[in-house]
Amino acid sequence: MTHRSVDVPVVARVEGEGALHIRIDDDVITRLELQIYEPPRFFEAFLRGRHFSEVPDIVPRICGICPVAYQMSAIHGLERLFEVEVPAGTRELRRLLYLGEWIESHMLHVHLLALPDYLGYDDAIQLVRAGFKDAVERGLRLKRLGNDLMAAIGGREIHPVSPRVGGFSKAVAARTLRAFQPRLEDALVEILEVADLVAPLEMPAFPRPAEMVALTHPNEYAINEGSMASTEGRAWSVDAYEDVTHEIQVAHSNALHSVFTDTETPYFLGPLARVVLNEQRLTPVAREAAARGGLGLPTLDPFASMAARVVEVALALEDSLRLIAAYEPPDPPSAAVRPRAGRATWATEAPRGTLYHRYDVANDGTILEAKIVPPTSQNLRHMEKDLGEFLPGVLDRSDAELTRLAEMVIRNYDPCISCATHFLRLDVERV
Amino acid sequence: MSAPATPRVAVFKMASCDGCQLQLLDAEEALLELAGAITIANFAEASSAMDDGPYDVTLVEGSVSSPEQLEQLRSIRERSRFLMTIGACATSGGVQALRNGRDIDEYVRSVYASPGFIDTLADSTPIAEHVKVDLELTGCPVDRGQLLAALAWLIQGSVPRPPTTPVCIECKRRGYVCVMVAKGEPCLGPVTRTGCGSLCPGMGRGCYGCFGPSQPPNTEALAKTFLELGMPPSRVADSFRFITGYAPAFREAADRIEREVDGP
Repeated sequence: MTHRSVDVPVVARVEGEGALHIRIDDDVITRLELQIYEPPRFFEAFLRGRHFSEVPDIVPRICGICPVAYQMSAIHGLERLFEVEVPAGTRELRRLLYLGEWIESHMLHVHLLALPDYLGYDDAIQLVRAGFKDAVERGLRLKRLGNDLMAAIGGREIHPVSPRVGGFSKAVAARTLRAFQPRLEDALVEILEVADLVAPLEMPAFPRPAEMVALTHPNEYAINEGSMASTEGRAWSVDAYEDVTHEIQVAHSNALHSVFTDTETPYFLGPLARVVLNEQRLTPVAREAAARGGLGLPTLDPFASMAARVVEVALALEDSLRLIAAYEPPDPPSAAVRPRAGRATWATEAPRGTLYHRYDVANDGTILEAKIVPPTSQNLRHMEKDLGEFLPGVLDRSDAELTRLAEMVIRNYDPCISCATHFLRLDVERV
Repeated sequence: MSAPATPRVAVFKMASCDGCQLQLLDAEEALLELAGAITIANFAEASSAMDDGPYDVTLVEGSVSSPEQLEQLRSIRERSRFLMTIGACATSGGVQALRNGRDIDEYVRSVYASPGFIDTLADSTPIAEHVKVDLELTGCPVDRGQLLAALAWLIQGSVPRPPTTPVCIECKRRGYVCVMVAKGEPCLGPVTRTGCGSLCPGMGRGCYGCFGPSQPPNTEALAKTFLELGMPPSRVADSFRFITGYAPAFREAADRIEREVDGP
């Protein structure tokens, strides 16, 4: 029997820490474990006993890349439980803040995390030195636009301070937002250039079957509210999230894995799932970005995720322009909130996929129980499945090449391991 | 003749949200300029190039939270000339230090069905509790301007001294109306060090202590004011036991209030 063993201690350019162990006996993969070794931080445990008003300042600390997602799932859920009627314009301003996060997170992923893979470099700094200076600078400019929108509305882009249960602590001035219009107009042209950059990249073809899941909404591309749908025809309300799916613990990981309760099968969340399930809601420039980015819809190929992120940024830019043109500051910036006992559940679309929160609250507003199901932990099982199906076709490659391909499969998900609680170490054992 | 050596910089992460190292990636144009002056020897979130050192300047984000991290940290220290810790997790244990002093086994059981697989330390602790730290930058997240300035100093071989004055001073300088005086909103600004530019008062709300205790912090007087504003004692304790609650001055304040509530 021949045994092959490769050890790559860290999977780079993902957020958080993990490892991948692969054992190959006689050209067959006999063990494949995506190991999340970032230690747990116990958010759900220390949220117990805290006052509901502190939750929007605590939960963003789960993830520095998508803090708004955590704030929005928590705030919406608690407001529904407390029957808060938020001031007019709050819903639109929250969507704009979230769009800023999508732009920032997707442009970070495309230019700093994914693009080096496809052009054959270690990082974006090497890309700059290798002649891709204009492309990297354009990507960073787009990312900065997302960051600046978040900072204008939230006070800062990492862990914004203005979102609260009831609305905002302060509503950004209309003239501050209108000042973004020329930059957004320029960005709408530039995002199509990014689509042109992505289209000719050589991608592995991997059109495997997958059940994709996302929020859907009758009138808009769902972000802050909606109901759940899958490409296999499942449909459920967010209240039923914990019945329709459940988390299981595996020995090799500090992150829990999610599966459908009835079939015990994994599912696929994120930008590609959203674009596929909400294709009718795409805006005109988003459609053009899909055409120029080579994204044929529908598709099941996870390597189309990069193009899907570009499409979503185009949508976010267009939608931001629409929201800013109509913006009037909510006055007052927030509504009074009276807590009451009960269960708060909500889901929103984080840059990486659906983020579900549940809080059990006491009459005085104290959190009794919290449950947070981040997109990356829901995607982990599907990541393992993809690796198990993709890698057998490329086992003839060198260990270095095998590692690079495995990382690319993982990176399609833009995993945020800090969110999932948890950097990737690849360990290939060939027998 | 050999080319002049460029300083070798590494970035490592312990238990954290990645937000502080994201401040480096968010520096964008400045990052590209900086990248021309240094060699990024190890920065896993940004690059596949991973060099084992030694490093001239090492940045560490996150708190020590597992036995493996403690081992990794000691090894990083041995390979680093200057070690700078960045952010609330690295300098005071972070929000995850809210578990300290609680029943960790119960915490593990409450999140995981099979607690036996989970390897964790009872407390989430700052880096300086375990190895020598040359410079601490506080903040949740760390301030990008402070971070870039500190990095520029360190690669030239000197250690800067970030300000320790309270947020209050910054509010006065900016002409902000005091949220505690005008709106009766509890604000940790009088005892929290500046660095954020009085962000929360500027956004119409009270400071919640992201940059940790100022020097010296009169937490006793502030707790009294919070009580006078009608805040229940348990929530006054909670307001100190928050994002930087494991920093000694805030920890002592919270403990003191809880002792007073419980009685002698």
